[in-house]
Amino acid sequence: MRYLPLTAADRQSMLEKIGVRHIDDLFKDVPNAVLNPEIDLPRHKAEMEVERHLSRMAGKNTAAGSVPFFVGAGAYKHHVPASVDHLIQRGEFLTAYTPYQPEIAQGTLQYIFEFQTQVAQLTGMDVANASMYDGSTACAEAVLMARRVTRRKKAIMAGSLHAHYRAVVETTTQYTEDVIVAQKPNPADPEAELKAVIDAIDDETSCVVVQNPGVFGHVLDLRPVAEAAHAKKALLVVVVTEVMSLGLIQSPGEMGADIVVGEGQSIGNGLNFGGPYVGLFATNQKYVRQMPGRLCGQTVDADGKRGFVLTLSTREQHIRREKATSNICTNAGLCALAFTVHMTLLGEKGLRGVAKVNHKNAIALRDAMKAVNGVDVLTNAFFNEIAVKLPKAAAGVVDALAERGVLAGVPASRLYAGDGLDDVLIMAATETVTADDIDVLKGALEEVL
Amino acid sequence: MAMNSQGRPTAATGGSDGKQFESFSGHVGLRLAEPLIFELGTTETTGVDYEDTSDLELSCGGLERTGEIGCPGLAEPDTVRHYTRLSRRNYGIDMGVFPLGSCTMKHNPRLNEKVARLPGFGDIHPLAPKGTVQGAYQLMDELSHWLMTLTGMPAVALSPKAGAHGELCGVMAIRAALEARGDAREVVLCPESAHGTNPATAAFCGYKVKSIPAKDNGRVDLEALKAALDDTVAAVMITNPNTCGLFENEVREIADEIHKAGAFFYCDGANFNAIVGKARPGDLGVDAMHINLHKTFSTPHGGGGPGSGPVVFSDALKDFVPVPYVLKTDDGFDIVEDQTGKSFGRLTAFQGQMGMYVRALSYMLSHGSDGLKQASEDAVLNANYVLASLKDVMSPSYDGPCMHEALFDDRFLKDTGVTTLDFAKAMIDEGYHPMTMYFPLVVHGAMLIEPTESESKTNMDQFIRSMRGLAEAAKAGEVARFEGAPYHAPWSRLDETQAARQPILRFAAE
Amino acid sequence: MIKFTEEHEWLEVEGDVATVGITDYAQNALGDVVFVELPEVGATYDKGDEVAVVESVKAASEVYAPLAGEIVEVNEALEGEPALVNTAALDAGWFFKMKLADVGDLDDLMDETAYNEFVEGLD
Repeated sequence: MRYLPLTAADRQSMLEKIGVRHIDDLFKDVPNAVLNPEIDLPRHKAEMEVERHLSRMAGKNTAAGSVPFFVGAGAYKHHVPASVDHLIQRGEFLTAYTPYQPEIAQGTLQYIFEFQTQVAQLTGMDVANASMYDGSTACAEAVLMARRVTRRKKAIMAGSLHAHYRAVVETTTQYTEDVIVAQKPNPADPEAELKAVIDAIDDETSCVVVQNPGVFGHVLDLRPVAEAAHAKKALLVVVVTEVMSLGLIQSPGEMGADIVVGEGQSIGNGLNFGGPYVGLFATNQKYVRQMPGRLCGQTVDADGKRGFVLTLSTREQHIRREKATSNICTNAGLCALAFTVHMTLLGEKGLRGVAKVNHKNAIALRDAMKAVNGVDVLTNAFFNEIAVKLPKAAAGVVDALAERGVLAGVPASRLYAGDGLDDVLIMAATETVTADDIDVLKGALEEVL
Repeated sequence: MAMNSQGRPTAATGGSDGKQFESFSGHVGLRLAEPLIFELGTTETTGVDYEDTSDLELSCGGLERTGEIGCPGLAEPDTVRHYTRLSRRNYGIDMGVFPLGSCTMKHNPRLNEKVARLPGFGDIHPLAPKGTVQGAYQLMDELSHWLMTLTGMPAVALSPKAGAHGELCGVMAIRAALEARGDAREVVLCPESAHGTNPATAAFCGYKVKSIPAKDNGRVDLEALKAALDDTVAAVMITNPNTCGLFENEVREIADEIHKAGAFFYCDGANFNAIVGKARPGDLGVDAMHINLHKTFSTPHGGGGPGSGPVVFSDALKDFVPVPYVLKTDDGFDIVEDQTGKSFGRLTAFQGQMGMYVRALSYMLSHGSDGLKQASEDAVLNANYVLASLKDVMSPSYDGPCMHEALFDDRFLKDTGVTTLDFAKAMIDEGYHPMTMYFPLVVHGAMLIEPTESESKTNMDQFIRSMRGLAEAAKAGEVARFEGAPYHAPWSRLDETQAARQPILRFAAE
Repeated sequence: MIKFTEEHEWLEVEGDVATVGITDYAQNALGDVVFVELPEVGATYDKGDEVAVVESVKAASEVYAPLAGEIVEVNEALEGEPALVNTAALDAGWFFKMKLADVGDLDDLMDETAYNEFVEGLD
C-alpha cells in the first residue's frame, strides 16, 4: 500500500517493543464480538486504476468550460488565474493545520490578515473574520449575531434572498429563540419587494436580511432600508452571493450595512459542484466581540518583530463551550487563501476591469433575450445576472437547451417551488461568456420556445 | 602543461562566525522578509488582463462604485513571490512529523488533488441541469456507500461542511425525531473530556448541557451515566475512541442504557480513524456520528479548512436527514432539494463539500477495505510505540494500550520549572510541530501525541529520540533550553496578550 | 468596610452602595486580563446572577452578583485598559457599583482574615 511506510519487519519489532504479540492485543478494549468485521468493499487499487475510475465518473458530467454557460444563482463560473492554484497547492499551505503555533504558522496568519483586510475593504466595513464555511452558513450566523447585539429575536428575510440561504437560516435557528419572517420573492417588482421589507420592520426586529444583487439579479439602493432599520434600532444585514459585483456596484458599507455576509467563491475558487467555498463575514468595529468565527490579529514577538496570532478566541467554542457565540470550529482556510491570491492578482484595477466585462456581457445577454419573441426581461438594473420570463415553464426549457449543449441558467422553480415562478429563468453572464456563446444560446432558445 | 587554474577558492571557510553581521536588506539568507500586500502593491497594478470596456454604458441603476476600494494589486511575478515567501514560514505535514493529537495530520496523497481538479468535478455547477451532472451524483452515491459500509449504518447526510457542522446535523436530527414522537426533552449529556464543539452544539439546539464524569481509567463512568439518564435526556454525546485516545470498552453497555432511557447515542467521530475496518459504529449502538473527511480520509487541512463532516445515521433517525440528498432511480440519479417529509431542513446552500468528497473517495479507493484496516492498525501501532518508548521518561496519563494517540500529562515536569507550553515550543527547535497541548482538559498540562500511520519507523525513532532528549534535559534542569523556546523558528513567541487587549484586525495605513 | 465572597470578589461598602471587583488571588489565577464585559447601569440582579465576564487570552470567567441589588455605576476605564484588573485589582480595577437591596446581607460574607484563610485552604 503506497501510503503506508511500515514494513512487516517494522511492525513486528514495534509490537515487541510494546510488549504484545499481535496487533489485536492493542484493540483489546473493542468488544470481541464486533472486532474485525467483514467489510464488503473492494481491495486497494493502484494510482492509475483509481484515476481511471474517477475520470470515467467525471467524464459523465458537462464541465462549465466546455459549453455556452449561463448558470449562476449563488455560484459563478469565473476565470481563476493558473498561479492561484499553483500557490495554494504548496505543501506549506495545503498540509498545514490551523495556526495554533504562531511561531511556525506566520505564512497562514499573514494571509488571513490580508484576507480580513481585503474583505473589509471590498464590503466597505471595518473588520472581517478569517472566513466561514460558505455564504449561506455565514448568513445564518449573521442572524444569530444580530440577536446578540440587539437582544431581539425577530429577523426579516427579504424576498431577494436566495431560497437556499433562507432555508439555511430557518433550519439553523429552528431550535433557538429566533423568529424568522420570510417574505415572498417578487422578481417583477423589486421596489415593491424592498418596500415590503421596510414596512415589516418594527420594534421587535433584530435585523433585516437583504441580498444585493438579489437572487433575480436586481441591484438596489439599500439606503432606505438601512435608514428604516436604524430608526427602529434594528441591524441591516446585506448578503452578497456574487462578490465580483463589489468591483462595479457600491459596497454594502456605503449603503449603511451593519453586517455583510457573502459567498466568496467567485474570487479564486472554482464551481466545485457547490463546495468547498468561502464564506465572508464583515461588520463594524463596535460589534467585533459579537462576531462568530476565527480572527487573526497583529502583535509582536519576543524580539519586537511584527507578527500575527489568532485572537479574541474567548468568543469561540473551545473556550466558551456551551456559551460560545457559535459552534463553528474551522474556517475555509485554503479557499480564503485562493481568494486572497486572486484578489492580489486582480488588485483594485483588475477587479473593476473584470467586473465591468461581466456587466458588459450581461448587457449583451439582456439585449439578446429581449430580441427573442415571447421573452420578457425582468431585471433592469443588474450586475451580471438577469431574470427572464419565458412563455412556458423554465425547467423544461433548461433541459431542452441542455440537450442542445447549452446550459442556460437556473429555473426559478428549482429554488422557489410553488411560488408561481415556473416561467422565470435566472441567467448569469460572467467574463467567461463570449459573443458566440450568446448567439448559440439565442438560436437554441428560439428553437426550443 | 596547460595551466588551467580555477578562478575561485574551493575550500570551506567562514562558518558560524559571520552570523553577527546584520543584513542590509532585512532578509536573512533564505529567510526572506516579506511585508503585507498593502505595503507592497499599488491600486494601479494588476496581475490580470481583461477586455477594455471604457465606453460601456452601464445598466446598474446608477449605483456604480466610484470611491477607492483600497485593495492594491501585484503583477503575477510579485504575487507568486509574495505567497511563496509566506508559505516558507509555515510548517506542514509535507515537511515532517506533525503529531498533533486529535487532529490526525496524515499524509495528503497528491492523486486526490489531481482528481478533484478534473473539469468534470471541479468545473460543474451545483444547480446545473440534473442530466448534465449524473457522474457527480454517482460519486456522492459511491462515497455514501463506502461511508455506510465502513460504519455499518443505514443512512448518511453528506452536506455538513465540517465536523462541528456535522454535530449540528446529528443533534438536529435527534431533536427532530424526538419532537416527531412528541417528546423534545431538555438535556444533553457530555463527558468532561468532550471537544468544546459538543456542548456548544447541544446548547445551539436548545438543550441544557450536563457533564458526566470519567473514571480513573479515562473512560465514561457507566454508573454515573446511568444515574444521570432519565426521561429528560435527549442524547448523550460521546467521542469514541475518546479524547484521551482510549476506546470506551463499555460502549455497548453505554448504548443500551442510553436507549433504555429513550435517548439517542451521538458519537463524535473525530477519532474514527483509529477503528476504520476494525469496528463499525453501527455494531456499537450508535445513532448518529459525524465523520471528519479531513481527518479520517485525509482531505487536506489547508491551514484551517475547508473541512467536511458527513453524518451517518441509524434506522431510528434516517427519515430526518437534511436536504439535499441523492436518490438512485431507474434511469440514473436524482437529487432531492426541497424539504419534504420528516427532513429537518437544509444546512448549506448546495450539496456540501464536493471537492472533499472526490478526495476522500479517491483515498478510500486507493486503500481499499484491506488498506483502510491496515492504516488503522498502523496508526494504533505507531501511537503505542510512542507510548511504550516514552513511558519511562514522560508521564502517561493512563496505562496502555491506547488507540491512535498517546496522552501524557505534566507530572514528569514537576519541579523542573518547565511547563507543557515550554516543552511544546522546544519541540519546534527540534524540527517538529508540537503535539496538542492542554487538551483534553481532564489531565493537567496535557500533551496528546498522534503520529498517524503516515510515519515510518525511522521517523518514529528519530522523533522518540528527540522527545526523550527533551524530557531528560528538562529533568536535568536545562530550563533555559525551554523557557524562551523556540529559538530557531522564524519568529520567537508572540505576544497574545497585546493582540487581545488592543486588537488590530486589519491593515490600516498610518 | 471590605467584604469578600467565595467567588473571589471584594466589596467595599459605603452606605448602601458596594463597589465590587475581583481579588488579587483571582486576577493572579486568570492571568493577563484582556477584556471585561460590564453590566448596564440600571440593571438589577439577584445574588449569584451572572453580572460580568472577565476574559484572559485563554479563558473567560463569569463574575457573579455577590448580593442582590441594582447597578449604579460601571468602571468605564476597564474598556480601554483592562490591564487595571491585574495591576490594581483592589482599587482602580473595580468593576461596578451596586446599590444593595439589603445591607444586612453583608453579614453573610467573609472579612479579610476569613477570606485569606479561605484562599490558603484552596492550595
